[in-house]
Amino acid sequence: MSKRAVWLIWVTGVLVLSGYYSFRLFASEDQEAFVIGPATHGHHQIELACATCHTSAFGGGEVLQQACVNCHGKELQAADDSHPKAKFTDPRNADRLEHLDARQCVACHREHQLEQTGAMGVTLPQDFCFLCHQDIAEDRPSHQGMAFDTCASAGCHNYHDNQALYEDFLTKHGQEPDIKALARIVQRSDIALKHPHHQPGKALRAADANAGALEDTVLADWLSSAHAQAGVNCSGCHTATPAASAKASPPSPQDWVDKPSIAICQGCHGEETATFYQGKHGMRLAPNLSRTLTPMTPSLGRLTFNPDAAHRELTCASCHDPHSVDVREAAVDSCLGCHADTHSLAYQNSPHFQLWQAELAGTAAPGSGVSCATCHMPRESHTTSGMQRVLVNHNQNANLRPNEKMIRGVCQNCHGLTFAIDALADPHLLQTNFTGRPAHHIDSVDMAIRRLRESNATETASPEHIQP
Amino acid sequence: MTIKSTIAKGAALSLTALALTACSDGNKGGIQPQDLTDMLHLVMESDRAVYTKQVVNRLTKDEQVIKASEHFMDEKALPLPAQMFRFGAETVAGKTDKFSYSLQSLWPINKQNAPRTDLEKTGLQFVVDNPGQNFYGEETLGGVKYFTAVYADVAVAPVCASCHNEHKDTPRKDFKIGDVMGGVVIRVPMGS
Repeated sequence: MSKRAVWLIWVTGVLVLSGYYSFRLFASEDQEAFVIGPATHGHHQIELACATCHTSAFGGGEVLQQACVNCHGKELQAADDSHPKAKFTDPRNADRLEHLDARQCVACHREHQLEQTGAMGVTLPQDFCFLCHQDIAEDRPSHQGMAFDTCASAGCHNYHDNQALYEDFLTKHGQEPDIKALARIVQRSDIALKHPHHQPGKALRAADANAGALEDTVLADWLSSAHAQAGVNCSGCHTATPAASAKASPPSPQDWVDKPSIAICQGCHGEETATFYQGKHGMRLAPNLSRTLTPMTPSLGRLTFNPDAAHRELTCASCHDPHSVDVREAAVDSCLGCHADTHSLAYQNSPHFQLWQAELAGTAAPGSGVSCATCHMPRESHTTSGMQRVLVNHNQNANLRPNEKMIRGVCQNCHGLTFAIDALADPHLLQTNFTGRPAHHIDSVDMAIRRLRESNATETASPEHIQP
Repeated sequence: MTIKSTIAKGAALSLTALALTACSDGNKGGIQPQDLTDMLHLVMESDRAVYTKQVVNRLTKDEQVIKASEHFMDEKALPLPAQMFRFGAETVAGKTDKFSYSLQSLWPINKQNAPRTDLEKTGLQFVVDNPGQNFYGEETLGGVKYFTAVYADVAVAPVCASCHNEHKDTPRKDFKIGDVMGGVVIRVPMGS
């Protein structure tokens, strides 16, 4: 082959490849060719919205760091992060940064390296605590001989969130009974608090429905719903504009929206929608993504799902029947319609499910049943300007990784701290959906109480607080 | 807070801002690092004393209407003075790298707050051994040269001594008011 022909083939090849990748990069929706490796369990759903994290082609590590903070910063703040960046920017820790630059999230959480990714999305060896705390036994003789890969794996410590694991919390709650005398989850907010426009005594009746002729089931579902009780008429959801939704008369065909979008729900349920966008269910629809993605489906997930549900799209209406908006259905049946992993399948044989059935049957007190949502979409109290509202956190991943995040907001409603720590650290109990008792006892509470007693033995005064 | 103290604090902050501007411009005729850290410390020390005496000591010891706790969120209590100081330091660290500061002690309740660098160890011992004097020096950390100043942190109210003496993690239990309990370390980068 002549030299000229080789050059021609080479130039043509370069042009073709450049054109192909340029098209894929700038003009095509499909950017899969640029994914350098599968993303972690937390990000794989949105890995094709590349620019959500890679916000600038010309930035360095600070660009990625800011992307992490954009989505996870508030969560870390709320968790009273035990290792905030500010701890590591102090020059006195410069020598430590040579071993682990903990100012950057990616120092521990490298993306697109799934084969090296361990629990909590960490890509470091499990004994990384050693890098800064190798002399811990000098301060805590009880830790002598403990392996550094057990710090975070044995139910004792977390790198970021230790709200249920810090020493004084352990001593304060460590002697609670396994099951509390009053085992109840927080009650839902009064409807007047959830619906700011709610007017007492203004619940809508069948004659008020402003959607023309309705199927009986639709009418009955709506009449039994919190929407009708709160005065939300058909036009409240089935129109796109506030002006159209405010009319008492049926909306015109131009105003009518047959299948309301998530934006309609968001109009009244802002907090719930915001947390939905943060979790795996809704993150593909999050407004801060760099490109529009289709809703999540079980076929896109990495857990085990019912094959029949593989292509079911996940929006508000997937779990909440749009007319009955029955939260009891959304709390169990909707979940089990898709989820078919071992933990989910074991639920209906668990003591928690028995409690849930008893509550639904009216033979047990409200708040005593335990549904899927009780633990995975917990009710949370929010106090603003002295007013308390209870909202459901629709980010079902918020308290899962690490699962000790579930202790304070969920488990401790009914269980003692020690029992909860033991149960969550038992992998077999997770599989059986907490049918049975923890097989092992985690020593952390005992160690903390022992240490407090030793301290009190030499002191007469109370230690941690400046008492009034 | 009196008008006089408000004006004093405002003036100190303005001086600090001016000083930072001068340093960042590389103005050789600008303020010297020692003057800068002295002024920064003056603001820190004053705020810290006001919070300790006027808020924590008054409300927990004298009027006894609220407690102060390390776990102030959980306990619905006041943050401890040392926490208040550290929160400020962390907030500053998130906003600028033109200076940094920390609260350390030769007898720390949290062992992470013990001196780590040679200069910190020397400086903290110096301010304990030489009441009323500050310690100044230069050190290189992570390839960057720093002007480092160490100032004595003195027990200004009864709660300072009593809380530290009674804490289960304290390595020293005989502090009394007026004792040097630790030191404030301020660093200003001088370039590599």
